[in-house]
Amino acid sequence: MSRIGVFVCHCGLNIAKTVRVSELAQFAATLPDVVVAKDYKFMCSTPGQEMIANDIKQHKLDRIIVTACSPLMHEQTFRKVLAASGLNQYLLTIVNIREQVSWVTHDIEEGTAKAKALLNGAVYRARLLAPLTSRVIDVNPDVMVIGAGIAGIQAALELANTGKKVYLVEKNSTIGGHMAQFDKTFPTLDCSACILTPKMDSILQHKNITMLTSCEVSEVKGFVGNFDITIRQKARYVDHGKCNACLACTEKCPGKGVSEWDEGLVKRKAIYIPFPQAVPQKPVIDRDSCTFFKKGKCRLCEKVCEQKAIDFDQQDTFIQVKAGAVILATGYDLMDTKPLIQYGYGKYPGVYNALEVERLFNSAGPTGGKVTMRDGREPQAIAVLHCIGSRDKNNSEHCSRVCCMYSLKFAHLFKEKTSADVYQFYIDMRAAGKGYEEFYNRIIGEDVKFIRGKGARVAQSPDEEGRLIVEAEDTITGKFIKVPVDMVVLSPAMVPRADSRDIARLFNLSTDKQGFFMERHPKLAPLSTMSEGIFIAGVCQSPKDIPDTVAQANGAAAEALTIVVKDKMELEATTAMVNPASCCACQNCVRVCPYGAPFFNESKGVSEINEALCKGCGLCASVCPSSAIIARHFTNDQVLAEMEGLMEF
Amino acid sequence: MSFEPKILGIACNWCTYTGADLAGTTRLEYPQNLRVVRVMCSSRINPSFIFRAFQLGADGVLVGGCHPGDCHYNTGNLYARRRLAVTRKILEFAGIEPGRFRVEWISASEGNKFAEVVTEFTRQIKNLGPQNKFKISQ
Repeated sequence: MSRIGVFVCHCGLNIAKTVRVSELAQFAATLPDVVVAKDYKFMCSTPGQEMIANDIKQHKLDRIIVTACSPLMHEQTFRKVLAASGLNQYLLTIVNIREQVSWVTHDIEEGTAKAKALLNGAVYRARLLAPLTSRVIDVNPDVMVIGAGIAGIQAALELANTGKKVYLVEKNSTIGGHMAQFDKTFPTLDCSACILTPKMDSILQHKNITMLTSCEVSEVKGFVGNFDITIRQKARYVDHGKCNACLACTEKCPGKGVSEWDEGLVKRKAIYIPFPQAVPQKPVIDRDSCTFFKKGKCRLCEKVCEQKAIDFDQQDTFIQVKAGAVILATGYDLMDTKPLIQYGYGKYPGVYNALEVERLFNSAGPTGGKVTMRDGREPQAIAVLHCIGSRDKNNSEHCSRVCCMYSLKFAHLFKEKTSADVYQFYIDMRAAGKGYEEFYNRIIGEDVKFIRGKGARVAQSPDEEGRLIVEAEDTITGKFIKVPVDMVVLSPAMVPRADSRDIARLFNLSTDKQGFFMERHPKLAPLSTMSEGIFIAGVCQSPKDIPDTVAQANGAAAEALTIVVKDKMELEATTAMVNPASCCACQNCVRVCPYGAPFFNESKGVSEINEALCKGCGLCASVCPSSAIIARHFTNDQVLAEMEGLMEF
Repeated sequence: MSFEPKILGIACNWCTYTGADLAGTTRLEYPQNLRVVRVMCSSRINPSFIFRAFQLGADGVLVGGCHPGDCHYNTGNLYARRRLAVTRKILEFAGIEPGRFRVEWISASEGNKFAEVVTEFTRQIKNLGPQNKFKISQ
């Protein structure tokens, strides 16, 4: 006989509106082994928690059922109440009558009936619950940060400054990310390099940071507190240990590749550093454009290198890193606008995307900071087209959040650097951020022409060669307009990295519809993921500006710290165990487990489970033909009893 | 009174259960005939759970897991997929209409899909009428 307490939450009106909560509590009191049943306005509040704690003592309760929101929301909250009251935390059952009842119906009859069925199931299950002991494991004190844009750099520095050792992994040959490509940042018009490069240098100098450039994660094993990560170090064909960064090789190299850094606007050498302030200041060879790799002879770089650092035989190598927590800050790609043929990107040389324009403004860019087009002309009229692919149900439904502001920034910089007329084609002007509306007002005063209407098409001018016509509907006047310009700038959607789903798979993350990483909770755990110990920061979660990205990076660093600051941590006790008396030695469990937790004990002739490796999925319990494996907290008896309870009503 | 079926759902914690929560958070309405049991992984589902559900009087059983390849436990749902395919054959052999048993892959971000599946499946079970073949009268 157990002594069950049932606590029904109103959640204000969130539940009470479509479930008759007091009737539910009265119903609970009639169920077997239920000693006390109460309803209360906010069970998760301090008085609510105290009520449960007092009733545990007063009524000597040994099972608690909280009938409230999803267990994913407050299971931990109520487990703590049990633990503080001297009751094993696994004797708690949550009945989800908010997300899965009251919020999905308007009918109070239906809602109340379903809530009763769910509660009945929970009572049946609760009677069979057993106290479990959490496992305590050692925690690796190091943190891995993946992606070295501004988010990764910020998170790594914060953590390293607390004394923690950080591995910063970057797939490119330099850190810096997209921010390093920008010329100015809105709304303050700070020079991007001036605020970023000192941080990049701090990464290089910091004794607690190991920077791993040209590296990608290839395998992730282990779990929170003890991740075991394999990093693939891509061959650079330059021994960075020997290289003294004299860069004589880059001067002699005859190879020509496309500069990714300058968005393909210019060529670079085959052996190169991406940009003058790159960190590390050491070159790499791009196999695809290297004359030696293509034709089998050249090796000029090798000849001029006094340090003998060139190594054409270098292979990819693998590095094993252990970490207690991981921060993903993998950033974004700009949407490829070529498929949107109506805008003529890739067809008309006068059409640019936003990142290309960033490079045009930059004094270290392909034009030395002058706004000249691909044909060498200075534009006389420029159209900036907002929301290309964003806020578009055919492409990316989301708002990319930063395009309005950087498009305004472009307008300002065009006005500063040219005498051109500047048109802004926008749907809505979104200037939500500190100083953003003020910036918008400032640009309005700079003789920029605002047209409220999305650019619909870019076409070649029939009259003047090299001129373009932007077609749009001006939604204020209700007229279709055609504006002749020389240059068109597309502000494309920010989309997840092309390999974001692969990364999600490596770390067992969920992605949203677009492919951005899903947070554990959109409001209360925006930096955590469904995988314990894996945190996300920056645009890999959703489009955001630099201040928000930096804030998230600091937050993610703090979250990671909460794990690695401790020597030990508790893991869920919901592992599987083998009842040796029933084991038939078939070893099905050994074969199917993704973590290698079950093993066959030859001397005893039965399977056993290494609990340190078990993650509690329950797969082995289902393949066990003799039901010798017990999936703790989800035993056959518990699941079947819950089902029986659910089907009774 | 029209027939209101009882449908048992078994959902994995990481994808379908979270997707069901998302349907709630976004206030999508769907029929209240479904009662969900949460398990950590769809691979936890023993075929006997499905048979037992029908014995207990379920008119339909809906299983939800992560999309193949997206399993929180790497490969769990791949085993579940095969096992539940066999389960379906046994159910058919035993005379249960195949339409009473459905397996859907619903991710944590697919609240819409969860609501649509439940709505559609409930309609289907209503059309099939009460399930008495396996039901043990108590």
